[in-house]
Formats: sequence, structure tokens, C-alpha cells
Amino acid sequence: MPEITLTQDPVHLRHGSNIGRPLTRRDGLLKVTGAARYAADNNPKGLLHAVVAVSTVARGRVVALDVEAAMAHPGVVEVMTPANRPALAGDPDAKPNPLVFRLDLLQSDRVRYAGQPIALVVAETLEAATEGAVLLAPRYESEPPAVGLDDGERFVPTAVGPGAPAELRHGDVEAGLAAAAQAIEATYETPPQYHNPMEPHAVVARWDGDRLTLDTPSQAMAMARLRLAALFGIPPENILIRSPFLGGGFGCKGLLSGPQVLGVMAARLVGRPVKLALTRAQLYGPVGHRSPTRQRLRLGADGEGRLTALEHHTLMSSSRFDEFFEPASNASHALYASPAIATLHEAVRLDCGTPMFMRAPGEAPGSAALESAVDEMAEACGLDPLEFRLRNYAEVEPTTGRPFSSKALRECYARGAERFGWERRPLAPRSLRDEHGLLVGWGVGTAIFPALMFEAEARAVIRRDGGGTVEIGACDMGQGAWTALAQIAADAVGLDGERVEFRSGSSDLPDGGIAGGSAHTATAGSAIHSAGAAVVARLAELAMADERSPLFGAGNAGVVARDGRLHRRDDESRSEGYAEILERAGLAEVEARGKGAMDAAAQQRYAMQAHGAVFAEVKVDPDLGQVRVTRLVGAFAAGRIINPRMVVSQYYGGMIWGVSFALHEQAVMDRRSGRPMNADLAGYHIPVNADLPALETILVEEEDPHVNALGIKGVGEIGITGTVGAIANAVWHATGVRVRQFPITLDRLLG
Amino acid sequence: MSFSISLSVNGVTREVALDDPRVTLLDLLRERLHLTGSKKGCDRGQCGACTVLLDGRRVNACLALAVACDGAEVVTIEGLAAQDPSGADGLHPVQAAFIAHDGFQCGFCTPGQIMSAVGLIREGQAGDDPERVREGMSGNLCRCGAYAGITEAVLEAQRVLTAGDAGHEQEDAA
Ligand code: FES
Ligand code: FES
Repeated sequence: MPEITLTQDPVHLRHGSNIGRPLTRRDGLLKVTGAARYAADNNPKGLLHAVVAVSTVARGRVVALDVEAAMAHPGVVEVMTPANRPALAGDPDAKPNPLVFRLDLLQSDRVRYAGQPIALVVAETLEAATEGAVLLAPRYESEPPAVGLDDGERFVPTAVGPGAPAELRHGDVEAGLAAAAQAIEATYETPPQYHNPMEPHAVVARWDGDRLTLDTPSQAMAMARLRLAALFGIPPENILIRSPFLGGGFGCKGLLSGPQVLGVMAARLVGRPVKLALTRAQLYGPVGHRSPTRQRLRLGADGEGRLTALEHHTLMSSSRFDEFFEPASNASHALYASPAIATLHEAVRLDCGTPMFMRAPGEAPGSAALESAVDEMAEACGLDPLEFRLRNYAEVEPTTGRPFSSKALRECYARGAERFGWERRPLAPRSLRDEHGLLVGWGVGTAIFPALMFEAEARAVIRRDGGGTVEIGACDMGQGAWTALAQIAADAVGLDGERVEFRSGSSDLPDGGIAGGSAHTATAGSAIHSAGAAVVARLAELAMADERSPLFGAGNAGVVARDGRLHRRDDESRSEGYAEILERAGLAEVEARGKGAMDAAAQQRYAMQAHGAVFAEVKVDPDLGQVRVTRLVGAFAAGRIINPRMVVSQYYGGMIWGVSFALHEQAVMDRRSGRPMNADLAGYHIPVNADLPALETILVEEEDPHVNALGIKGVGEIGITGTVGAIANAVWHATGVRVRQFPITLDRLLG
Repeated sequence: MSFSISLSVNGVTREVALDDPRVTLLDLLRERLHLTGSKKGCDRGQCGACTVLLDGRRVNACLALAVACDGAEVVTIEGLAAQDPSGADGLHPVQAAFIAHDGFQCGFCTPGQIMSAVGLIREGQAGDDPERVREGMSGNLCRCGAYAGITEAVLEAQRVLTAGDAGHEQEDAA
């Protein structure tokens, strides 16, 4: 992929490279000049354009499609329907494991949600394909859909999220509540939310016999490749996926979506390369969403303000035909000390697309409710909400008694509070006004997100010219993998950044795992780290066994790799350059592979979480109920920071998602049709620049010897948690009104 | 029916025979001229990812019909640096400021943000007031939430560009 060889990037050269330095993005030059190539930017020769036609009903059957009219339109080449779609080797409805989701690939005339693809029109131009899709004028037999949380029969799912138990009971909640001096019960609602990355899903697919090349955004290329291989009955090695840049993912590009596969099928059907890009409206259906939730929290506290019980019950939904259950209650597992904790989930089935992982799945809505409830509890106890949180600080993981691998939450509270000026906060609500008469409120929320590790592999090479190459099929969806992983790579092979060619973003490289769960830097970084260590070890073996080398016989003392040289650990003056070692050994290069994976033993012994504290100031118009966030300070501790510049951006991004969750975004469902009524970016509100206040983040230092070799915890999702609650609590503090339905809109505040 | 138009794109005159009157300026750039820097986030004028300069003003290219651009002068992200390469690495000062202030993450909204920032600075409406910059940049959505860096970048570029203008005026006077 010559267009993304990043080693010559002058911006990068200017700053050098290694862990902990705030380098600017190595892909920055490409991104600010329009040269970064996203999937839909590919225009191979002979390209045809495909447009999906989607269902406007949520449940029923397609009984007629005017294929003839579409075919008659000038430029239309083919219409793909259940009648003529290419045969598949794998059943798109098969469910071999929970991470394989059922796809709608025109397997029948059945409609199971609004927005489901029902046909595809392929044409010489985008305009002709678009018009062709309109001409299909589908007719349906439809049945009334189940749309909201009250529309279905409740059941307890077998598992929530990626396989966690739906119920967990620690201690006796009822006894704790009975013994409490103060108790509260409150129910919070969160709406369906859609990921809405700025880049709609797109695919450019071309077949060459039974070899397939596709440009498509993917947060997990190796998994996508396996899915395609199974569906089309070809070996995974025949498939090349290129995903150097994702225009945002947030979970909806984690697993291959149906429309991406439809593009591949269309290319097979017409025997030419096909480009398929979803429209914005088409992202509201087949690519996942966050389920609505209704969360009931019951808390009790003793006379000192110490929790005696915490129960978190979530009702959420999955689709009628597949399973993903938002694990919102699990946000209450590890945050506050309580002798009794119960986290429970129930679900209903709705006629919607299957919900999916969405940035901080579980934690985002769960933390919104928990942090609001904890505030209500603090109020009932007559305590400052920060003081209440400190009194209930979990020294060990409350549900298991495991120690934390590291936890600098106290410092986060202290530094955030100091920066924000929290000590000046009056206890009573509705007691602050600004110079314009606006109500002012201050709120706090605790942020928490598990430090996860998945699996990844990397390859490292050191060459006789003194340079190196590090390869990993990692994904950059904006978090900065091109930069942060390259920094890790440079340190891993002991070279300056500019001497290391870092290759990434395509499926022919070692499996970089999943860019999700805030675990990509930790996992891919660990793989790179161990590949680097292994290749350096090869080089060291060569040198130490060679009596002409100054490192000869270093043996147990060992060597360290730095600046392209190996140094004896016990005598740093004795060193030798990589080039000389390879030269003498008569080798052009040495290479090695390394893996990154969870350390199961450490995981058993320790609870691993990143933490943070978010402080919010809001101003509310007392007459109109309009809310504006005017200040946000987030202090986070997430282990080793690879690139502070990029980490700050991740925290900001998360906090802005928190603002969005608290005040802006929601899909409004039409109860009759089962369609979202605001399936665009005008009606589905996300914050614009003017909605954002002065944001501040504080990087609280934290060393964690247990999470992984590099001590990385992950920063991509934690910013949402804590922020939503902080804003909701600030709105209460400003107004004295507790809105328990998100987003907090002015009608809800006034009503 | 075919429509012939002639327009200047990044300083190059392009004669285009359009087989279809429905082609938008954005699709002309992306699919026919293969200038894919301008992005399609919504195709409805709701996100700003497609922002280009049309006769010097920032517009959503997805809302302009190509046939209506006969004789127009279009500048896209690909042609921006050539207009004023005085920033670091031969970039336009706005582009350089976006890198320096980490004004993007995934980068998908970035071409639109940058073109919009150039337009905003030319309009001379926002000056050095962060509130007004935020307001003036609010037609450009960023789902990654890079707004803090974007605002800082626009303010810095604004400073650099106005200082440059003042410098030129002084030279002219001398
Ligand atoms: S693509 Fe033009 S405004 Fe969104
Ligand atoms: S940088 Fe990703 S949408 Fe703005």
C-alpha cells in the first residue's frame, strides 16, 4: 500500500518517536490534505455503483418489486434481489458463536426491521443506481411491529454484552435496604442511540476468480475476513481487506455489517468492481445501535452516608432475530463499596435491527443511571456528592474482594475538584446564578471502564541497513493507532521512529485483533512489544555467541536495545550496532513474531479498571429550560500513556459523547411504523462546536505492573462514563429538578 | 441528454460532459474527477464534510448541482496548500494548525472543517473570539469530538493569516 507509507512524513520526522511523547499524528499530513484514502475514495477501473433499497416497514414481507422499471432506467446494469443473488456457502442466519451476528443478505422476502436491505441496484453511475432503487417501488404485507420497551414480553437473557452473566448477586440487598437509615429508588430511561460515524459504511469490492479484494472500514479485519470466507466458501487467504483509515467506528464497524457483504455479493453477480456506500439514513437499521434502557436503582445508606445496598436493574431490548443485550447494570460492579450489590438484566424483543456494541456498551447508559442515583442518595443523606463518593470509595472490587491492579481515583477526584473549584459549591440546589440571571449548577460523576485485553500478533524485522520494519493489521479509526503503535514499535526494536517502517491497516499483515473495548493500544501494543523483544533477542544471540563482538559472553547479564545498538546491561560502554552484528553474521535481516494477550492469572488475581472523575458546570435558562454545559473538567487515570496528545483527544471525544448522551442524542421511534423519525443528522442531534464549552482534561499518573507488559489501560471509552452523570447532576443542582429521562431536553426540564 | 460545463477546479480548467443533470458538485468531484478529499457524510447539507470553496465562499458541495457550476471556480482540500503554502511542511496555515492542535481524530470531517475554517477566516466575522469561531464552525459536525482542537487551530490560523496580511500591507506601504 504505497499511499500509506508513513515513515517519510515530515511532521513525524520533526518530532522523533518513542513512548510517552506527544507526537503529532503521523497520518496528519494525509488527513489534512485529503490524501488519506477511506473506503469510498477508491475508484478502480470498470467500477460500478450500487445503491441499497431498504424496507420502510418493520415487520412483514416484500410482495412486489418493480425490477423491470429499475432495469429499464438508463445506466442500470443489474438489480439484485432474493431471486438472483449469488448463492452463499454459509448461512447468514447461522450463529456459531455470540460474536457472529445474523445478517440480512437477501436470503428471503421476509422483513424483520425498518431499514433492512431488500434489494440492490447496480449501475454505471451513482445517479442511475439511486434512481433505479427508487423505481423498485416495493410493496409489502406488513404486521404491527413491537417498538418500545413496553411492547414485548420480558425475559432474562442467558448472557449480556459479550458473554457476561445477566445477574450477579453479592450480599443481601433486601437486608441492606431494610437496615438503611436512608434509601432511594429511582428509574432512569435512555433512548435508542445510533453510532453515526461521519463516514457511512462503504465497500469497494472486486473479485478475481475466487480471490476477493475489498476496501472497507473495519475495526477487526481478521474477523471480517473469516466471516467472508465462511459466507463465500473461499479460504481466508484469498481475501484481502484494506482498512487503513476508518472515518469513525464507535462499534458499528467492529463486525462486518450486512450491507458491506451485499457489496461483495453484487460484485460477484456483475463480475465487475462495485462500490456501495450507505446513505446517512441507511445507518439507522442494519449496522447496529444502542438499545434503549430503563434502569431501576435502589440504594440504601447508613447514618454516616455509607452504602448498605445497591441494586441496579436494567430493562433493554434486542432484535426479534438476534441477540445483543446492553449490559448497563454491570456499571455498578466495581465502583462503589457496598456490602450488598445486585446487578440484574431483563430484555424484550423488538422489530428493529440488532443492537450492537456502541462506544462504552453498558458503561455509558449504566454509568448515567448509577451516577445520577448516587447523587440522589448523597442528597438524601445531606452530603456533598463528592464527599459521598469518597465515603463509598472501593478499596477492593466490592463484588469479588479482589484488589485493583492499580487505582488512582482518589487523585482524580482531588485534582479534578481542585481545578474545577468544587469546594466553593453550595450544597443546596438552585442557589447559584450568573450575571445574566441564568441558573448555574455544578455536578460530579465518577468514570470507570474495564482495562481489557484481546489477542493480537505482530512481526518485527531488523535489517542490515540498521533500519527496521514492524507489521500489524491494526485499525486506526481516529484513536491514533498509526502514531501510538508506531511509537511502541520504535521502542520495541530500539530504533528511532524514522528508522522504523510501520505497516498496518490491511488484512495481509499479522492479525492486529479488534479495535474495540478500549483495548487496541494495549493488545496490539503488547504484540508489538513482544515481537520487538523477540527480534532483539535473536540479534543478541548472534552477538553474544560471536567472540568478535563486544557483547560476546554477556550471557545472563543480557543486553538492552537502544538507538540501533545493543548494550551490555552490566556495562553500557560495551555495545554494538545492529548493522555490524548482521553484517558479520552474513544476514540481511532477522525477524520475529510476538503475541499480545490477556494474562489470565493476573486477571484472576486483580480487578483491572481505568478510573476518572468528571466535573461539570451547566447554565440553565430559568424561563426556557435551555441547558448549556459551560465547563467540563475530567481527570483520568488509565495506566501508561503512550501519546498524551492523542489521549487527551480521546478523553475529549469521550466527554463530548457524554454531553451528547446527556443533552442531545436520541432516536425517536414512530410507534406505528417502527421507523426512527429522525434518521438524519438534522433531527438526530449530536453536539456541534458551539455546544461545547471549554473542556479540560487532567492526565493523572498511574503505574500498573499487572495489566500488561506496557502498563496500558485504554482511554477510548471512559470519557463518556462519569460525564453524563456529572451533567445530569449539575442540571439538578442548577434547577432543583431531577430529570430521569435522557437526553435532558428543555421540555422534560420544564414539564 | 448531455450537458457540457467548464469549471476551474484547484486552478485547473476542467471541461466536463455530464450525462446526467442530477450530478451534484460533490459527486462530480469524487466520482468523476476522482478528487476524493471532499467527503460525503450526509448528502443533505447537514454535516459539512463536503465543504469546498465555490467562487471563494464555503458551500456544501452536496447541495450544489454540478450543472449550476458552469464557469465557477472551485477550491477543494487537494488544492488548498497551493493557494498559500506558508504553513509548516508547505501546507496552508489552516492545515498546519489542524495538525499542531490535533484538530481531528478519524479525519473524515477534516477536509470539510478545514475548508470551512478557510471560508470563515475570509469572511472576517469571527476574529479572535472563540465563541464566534465555535458558532461559525458549527455547520461542520465532528462525531469524534475534535472540537477543542478545531477551535484552537482556527484561532491560531486566524492569527497567523492576519499577521501575514498586516505584514503584506506594511510591505505595500513601504
Ligand atoms: S455531505 Fe454535504 S453537508 Fe453532509
Ligand atoms: S475527526 Fe472524525 S468526525 Fe471529525
